[in-house]
Amino acid sequence: MKLTLKVWRQKNKADQGGFVTYPIDGISKDMSFLEMMDVLNEELTEKGEDPIHFDHDCREGICGMCSLYINGKPHGPQQTTTCQLHMRSFSDGDTITIEPWRAKAFPVVKDLVVDRSAFDRIIQAGGYVSVNTGGVPDANEIPIPKKIADEAFDAATCIGCGACVAACKNASAMLFTSAKISQLAMLPQGQVERKERAEKMIAQMDAEGFGACTNTGACAAECPKGISLSNIARMNREYFSAVVSSENM
Amino acid sequence: MILDSKIPAGPLAEKWTKHKFNMKLVNPANKRKYEVIVVGTGLAGASAAASLAELGYNVKAFCFQDSPRRAHSIAAQGGINAAKNYQNDGDSIFRLFYDTIKGGDYRAREGNVYRLAEVSVNIIDQCVAQGVPFAREYGGLLANRSFGGAQVSRTFYARGQTGQQLLLGAYSALSRQVANGKVKLYPRTEMMDVVVIDGHARGIVTRNLITGAIETHAAHAVLLCTGGYGNVFFLSTNAMGSNVTAAWRAHKRGAYFANPCYTQIHPTCIPVSGDHQSKLTLMSESLRNDGRVWVPATVEMAEKLRKGQIKANDIPENERDYYLERKYPSFGNLVPRDVASRNAKYVCDEGRGVNETGEAVFLDFRDAIKRDGEDVIRAKYGNLFDMYQQITGENPYQVPMKIYPAVHYTMGGLWVDYNLMTTIPGLYALGEANFSDHGANRLGASALMQGLADGYFVIPYTVGDYLAQIGTKPVDANHPEFEKTAQEVKDRIQKLLSINGSKSVDYFHKKLGKIMWNECGMARTAEGLKKAKQEIRELRAEFWKDVKVLGENEELNQTLEKAHRVADFLELGELMIDDAYHRNESCGGHFREEYQTADGEALRDDENFAYVAAWKYTGDGQDEELNKEPLEFENVKLTQRSYK
Repeated sequence: MKLTLKVWRQKNKADQGGFVTYPIDGISKDMSFLEMMDVLNEELTEKGEDPIHFDHDCREGICGMCSLYINGKPHGPQQTTTCQLHMRSFSDGDTITIEPWRAKAFPVVKDLVVDRSAFDRIIQAGGYVSVNTGGVPDANEIPIPKKIADEAFDAATCIGCGACVAACKNASAMLFTSAKISQLAMLPQGQVERKERAEKMIAQMDAEGFGACTNTGACAAECPKGISLSNIARMNREYFSAVVSSENM
Repeated sequence: MILDSKIPAGPLAEKWTKHKFNMKLVNPANKRKYEVIVVGTGLAGASAAASLAELGYNVKAFCFQDSPRRAHSIAAQGGINAAKNYQNDGDSIFRLFYDTIKGGDYRAREGNVYRLAEVSVNIIDQCVAQGVPFAREYGGLLANRSFGGAQVSRTFYARGQTGQQLLLGAYSALSRQVANGKVKLYPRTEMMDVVVIDGHARGIVTRNLITGAIETHAAHAVLLCTGGYGNVFFLSTNAMGSNVTAAWRAHKRGAYFANPCYTQIHPTCIPVSGDHQSKLTLMSESLRNDGRVWVPATVEMAEKLRKGQIKANDIPENERDYYLERKYPSFGNLVPRDVASRNAKYVCDEGRGVNETGEAVFLDFRDAIKRDGEDVIRAKYGNLFDMYQQITGENPYQVPMKIYPAVHYTMGGLWVDYNLMTTIPGLYALGEANFSDHGANRLGASALMQGLADGYFVIPYTVGDYLAQIGTKPVDANHPEFEKTAQEVKDRIQKLLSINGSKSVDYFHKKLGKIMWNECGMARTAEGLKKAKQEIRELRAEFWKDVKVLGENEELNQTLEKAHRVADFLELGELMIDDAYHRNESCGGHFREEYQTADGEALRDDENFAYVAAWKYTGDGQDEELNKEPLEFENVKLTQRSYK
């Protein structure tokens, strides 16, 4: 395949950045998208040009490190992570536009690499059950109905890639935040800190500069792990029940 | 140097309990006077950092990824073993211990492995308390499945994403301690060296991957939880960033490296599709619970298949060779990984491989789908099937998967004693970074167990014993050794940037990988290893003359990061070759063609090789010095491993 790539290049946070066009040839349909980028980077290195920087690590769709806004969609045309996107999703002669995630809370570090540490701080605000190591009950002393466990698992599969934020025109982090709040709100282990957790995580989400929910569902439509919009509804319920509960009156 | 494993005396089942009592304690008020550095935030690192911070120590946690949640433990699929015996099927701590020792082909320490089995039950309790959503039965209790090398169901799982769920559990515990101010996080920061003062590890030198700043950090103890070195093969199931640098720099500062040649080649990975390939993707071992492994019974049939003249589903039952079920009737498709991999190689070497390259075998779910229905199979393995289809473009519900072995895990690593301390006092190695528990072959679902055992339940005790002995006096961060080590790191960076040669870092990495895979992979020979050693030496010399690293240090520079890692792989590769060459026997993942039984199984030499080979670095370009730690077996009888 022969392709034309329009890639966002930006030297550092302060640089204004802009698109640079690169033609590329000899791409096989079995390559992953990132392997295609590897080929381009080898060519650039050969020519003595700075290779394009992008985040990636596991390349099996689970670490959440890869990003890339491809042809106007986070992780490209398939509902998967960029590392699992293969070139058979494109045709010979295509022009592909590649940009970083764009959100106020995710500043660009270089080229296609952004800073997503805001997500870590949201989890630090309360995305856990406060148990220390040791001194916990036997695992089977906490029975959980299979249906609840499965639903909590579905919420827990979030990989923290940030596609939901990138897809949202308000750059809202509601889907990410709600996935963790939901997981722990559904499970018995999460009950003790349920209200406090919802309040603190949402406060942190707002403090990081993420926008409000648009109610359009773009986040769930683009989530590579299929995190459901119903998590946002649950988070809203959790939040209301927390702020109107007696402790806050 | 005499290697003292510090295995406590006494009966196997009482060693750990006795040892815990005998170790010194640090009182709660004094704990806050200690600094501990944890490098790596996978299962071992995150669990250790969180647990130590909970106890009151001041922890600094480092990872090269942009978030601790991305460490490669996240990619573990199938499950985690624990001797809970919830299934009432005959499991016990002793059986898990026995299976692990046997699975490791009798090349692991009894004491360590027993402790691992002992604390395995606590891990499950801990993870459930954190809110890890393990699979459950309809009655609400935990579900189990079977894994290779065991005849009981003791594997706990969260669909095909167990590593993810366990890591997110440990990450949440870590995040809580970050919020509490007991852990300071350093993401996008790579450890470049260990600072050793008066023979003790007293800190590290790091590079900030965004700014390039070289910084020093002082501490009373340093924990390396930096994973394995499978990427020395270039193609592996490891993450792209997984590397040996932290462990290797520690090695060059005096930490012995043990059993470097013990590499696990995982039998069920998606086969290589072309030269562009950057990594290999694992298909969980759990698939062997329901998938049947086969190749055509004849070379003629396999040729027709490769030419596309027939399709897999058209091959009649009597023309299929379910070779694992045929050769190993009692374990069938669930033989340990090394056995399954080697047999896949044999049938492909015979010319019965099933894809265009002839390097693949089938993993077929036809019968399981017929028996249980597609929905049941989807519920168990849905995400794995989707991943397979995404990568290969084929639908495994309709046509059999094609799989081939790939480098997956390294049993070798930094030598540690029972306390997980390396040969440098104050420097510890946890999880895959150490060598201690899996012998020459790791059983499935045991890596997660070991990472969390080390981090949650071993290091919180053993590090205290050391800290109590050295006292609370702060480490002098202005000691000249810090500046000296930092300067050496800077010099090396300058050297890499100034070569300005003609070949990319990947060029060297791919070449190294090829040498390692061909000569130090699934099958090894003395002759091949000898040749490989020479080739690696030449490649290393060429690297330092002709590598091209663009850009500068004072910026995000992914090429420079990779160059450091590949430079270290080029040194490690030679040590792996030396280790494989010296070990004149076959055991587990180390298969020397000269040493095999009549039916092609690994032939151990217990008389001469029942020891841990711990290598001491002696200087650049020099052969390393071999030290032996004899392995003593008091509770199991060494036998020829049989899974027939």
